[in-house]
Amino acid sequence: MSVNKEFVKFDKVDKSYDGKILVVKDLQLDIAEGEFITMLGPSGSGKTTCLMMLAGFETPTNGEIYLDGNAISSIPPHKRGIGMVFQNYALFPHMTVYENLAFPLRVRKIPKDEADKKIDKALSMVSLQGFASRMPGQLSGGQQQRVAVARSLVFDPQLVLMDEPLGALDKNLRESMQYEIKHIHESIGVTVVYVTHDQSEALTMSNRIAVFNDGKVQQLSSPDELYEKPVNSFVAEFIGENNTFNGEVSDISGGKCKVKLANAEIMANPISVKSKGEKTKVSLRPERALINPKDEMDNIHNGKIEEVIYHGDHTRVRINLLGNPEFILKVPNSSANLDIKLGNVIKIGWNSTDARALDPK
Amino acid sequence: MSSETKQILTTDGIPLEVSLKKAEKKNKIKAFLLVAPLLFFLIITYVFPIGDMLFRSVDDKMVTQMLPKTFKAMESWDGQELPEEEVFAAFHEDFIKLVEDKREGKLSTQLNYTKNGFKSIIKKLRRASKKFEEGNYKEQIMSVHKRWADVEYWRAIQRRAPEFTGQKYLKGMDMYVNEEGKIVSVEEDRRIHRVLWLRTLEIAFFVTVFCFLMAYPIAHLLATLPMKYSNLLMICVLLPFWTSLLVRTASWMILLQQQGIVNDFFVGIGLVADDNRPEMMYNKTGSYVAMTQILLPFMVLPLYSVMKTISPSLMRAGKSLGGTPFVAFWKVYFPLTIPGIGAGCLLVFILAIGYYITPALVGGASGTLISNQIAFHMKSTLDWSFASAMGLMLLSGVLVIYWLYNKIVGIDNIKLG
Repeated sequence: MSVNKEFVKFDKVDKSYDGKILVVKDLQLDIAEGEFITMLGPSGSGKTTCLMMLAGFETPTNGEIYLDGNAISSIPPHKRGIGMVFQNYALFPHMTVYENLAFPLRVRKIPKDEADKKIDKALSMVSLQGFASRMPGQLSGGQQQRVAVARSLVFDPQLVLMDEPLGALDKNLRESMQYEIKHIHESIGVTVVYVTHDQSEALTMSNRIAVFNDGKVQQLSSPDELYEKPVNSFVAEFIGENNTFNGEVSDISGGKCKVKLANAEIMANPISVKSKGEKTKVSLRPERALINPKDEMDNIHNGKIEEVIYHGDHTRVRINLLGNPEFILKVPNSSANLDIKLGNVIKIGWNSTDARALDPK
Repeated sequence: MSSETKQILTTDGIPLEVSLKKAEKKNKIKAFLLVAPLLFFLIITYVFPIGDMLFRSVDDKMVTQMLPKTFKAMESWDGQELPEEEVFAAFHEDFIKLVEDKREGKLSTQLNYTKNGFKSIIKKLRRASKKFEEGNYKEQIMSVHKRWADVEYWRAIQRRAPEFTGQKYLKGMDMYVNEEGKIVSVEEDRRIHRVLWLRTLEIAFFVTVFCFLMAYPIAHLLATLPMKYSNLLMICVLLPFWTSLLVRTASWMILLQQQGIVNDFFVGIGLVADDNRPEMMYNKTGSYVAMTQILLPFMVLPLYSVMKTISPSLMRAGKSLGGTPFVAFWKVYFPLTIPGIGAGCLLVFILAIGYYITPALVGGASGTLISNQIAFHMKSTLDWSFASAMGLMLLSGVLVIYWLYNKIVGIDNIKLG
């Protein structure tokens, strides 16, 4: 069985609310059937607008959206058959859980016994059997969230949209719900488009992540690739923690480049720089730099410890390195024997392949 | 649950409840002292006068006190034949006293409420009584006018003996107690109050319906429009609210009169002929139009305050789950506005049922309400007991509606904002 690679297709979609500013610019995005894709970005980056266009509550100013090969811009939301989970759950407060779940089935005129089966199935999927006669107001936030998920799935849509569904939950509940939604997705194979501004949520749950900024998709790739190989400095900074050096390319050859900083020179991996003299921002993940490296590394420099913060499983160390006073290191707490004390000067090393020379922005 | 069996003590060994009361006592006294001035003010200016006014509707002591000896003598009278000399003598004695105090006029007014024809015979009796000789008052009084020899009139006097009466209420329903002591309706052509009650209910009901139909879309717009437009709209809704009721009613008079702007407009667009302008004022139409406009904000505001709390994502959820816009509205949005609808309708209906100024000015003869009748008795006939009886009937009507509403919709579901 071949999977439809273009189950949802945004084709050159533009969106403007006031005719002056484009909130979504030339969006080109294909979503495969059965995929869990996350739109991640800061607020105002256009991700929710994209979701609303897909759901049918906003119309694209230009371009077209295709669902399973059909243009859907002119189809009203209630005929699209897309399930949706809203930010504040949007459960109907005057209906019981059962009636909430029955709503999409009733409007589709599904016979009652069949509907009851579907409702039972959906409720057991979110482990809320026995809650059918409760009112939404009698449920906790997490339970309401599950009802909202069950309601969006009960009528077997091919596509489910989730608009920051976990935003109102506390941290622990949010994490367990992340896994729960991920498992539901895996077990029924529905296509999910998920919107969030929380990068850890996106990394945990998604097959692919589209990072939005300024109305454009900055990078669309799998979570690990996004983290390990950001293509530009926005993505590098938005996803995870990051140490940066601003400099100028002084030499570029053999898949490596030399970057001249204010008073030093480092080796880096040229990603978005092509030639000598270009300005660049070198990005390095904190866990890729080591203290007193034993291996041969092509960058080894001395830095002074400015701050030590205990984090339980690891210690964060802030170091003044090569003119960057905000250089962060994460040291696992098993290596407590190391000489990490405020004011000490230590040796720090990293491989040039991990130091990605990106656009200067 | 276990507190019933085992008393909880504080650390000092005092029962917890006693200790709590002690601790709260000071606060309670303080709180009471703060509201005490308002409480006294309300008792003096509201509870007492209203209570007194309502008491008048059943109070019938006046005649009882004017003819104490007569009623005492009448106790043994069976009301079949004319009373004995003893009753006449007692009546004469009471009457002479009233004449001395110049209060016989009041007696005649009061007795005339019970039976027509008392006014003239009491006047005659007063003149004749000056020449009465002692003894055999029955003969002498009966000779003044033939009605004094009519047992019906004596029965009418006897009916005024009790200190309390419900006859004002019966009168309000166009009923009375006839000579046989049965409750019957007055003749058909004299039934003015029942028509008024029905008309009041009808106008209040339709004004509520019109207000609801107009206010619902306005409130929805107010709740969903962006701030800068909704503020402007809100001012448009509230502006008439801040204008004097009289001014608004008067402007409707300008608009609705036969040579008024609305009629001019209808003639202008050829809807009606110039010589056949419809009468839109001094009838029910006038009452409907003006009252609907004046009471509209009372419907808009509760609806708006409820709609404001309904998240727009609920309608979206309804649509995304496959409901057509109408289904989403009818199954999701509308049920959530019911508390506002209830509050608005109850408010408008209760205000409309007791409306006074507007129907008095633009209602004419066919558009006046029961409150205008009450005012008429307060100001013109000075039959305050009847006015207060009708007032109490109106109040009980409103309470019944309130009770029904509570049964059907539930008062907890009401939301005024």
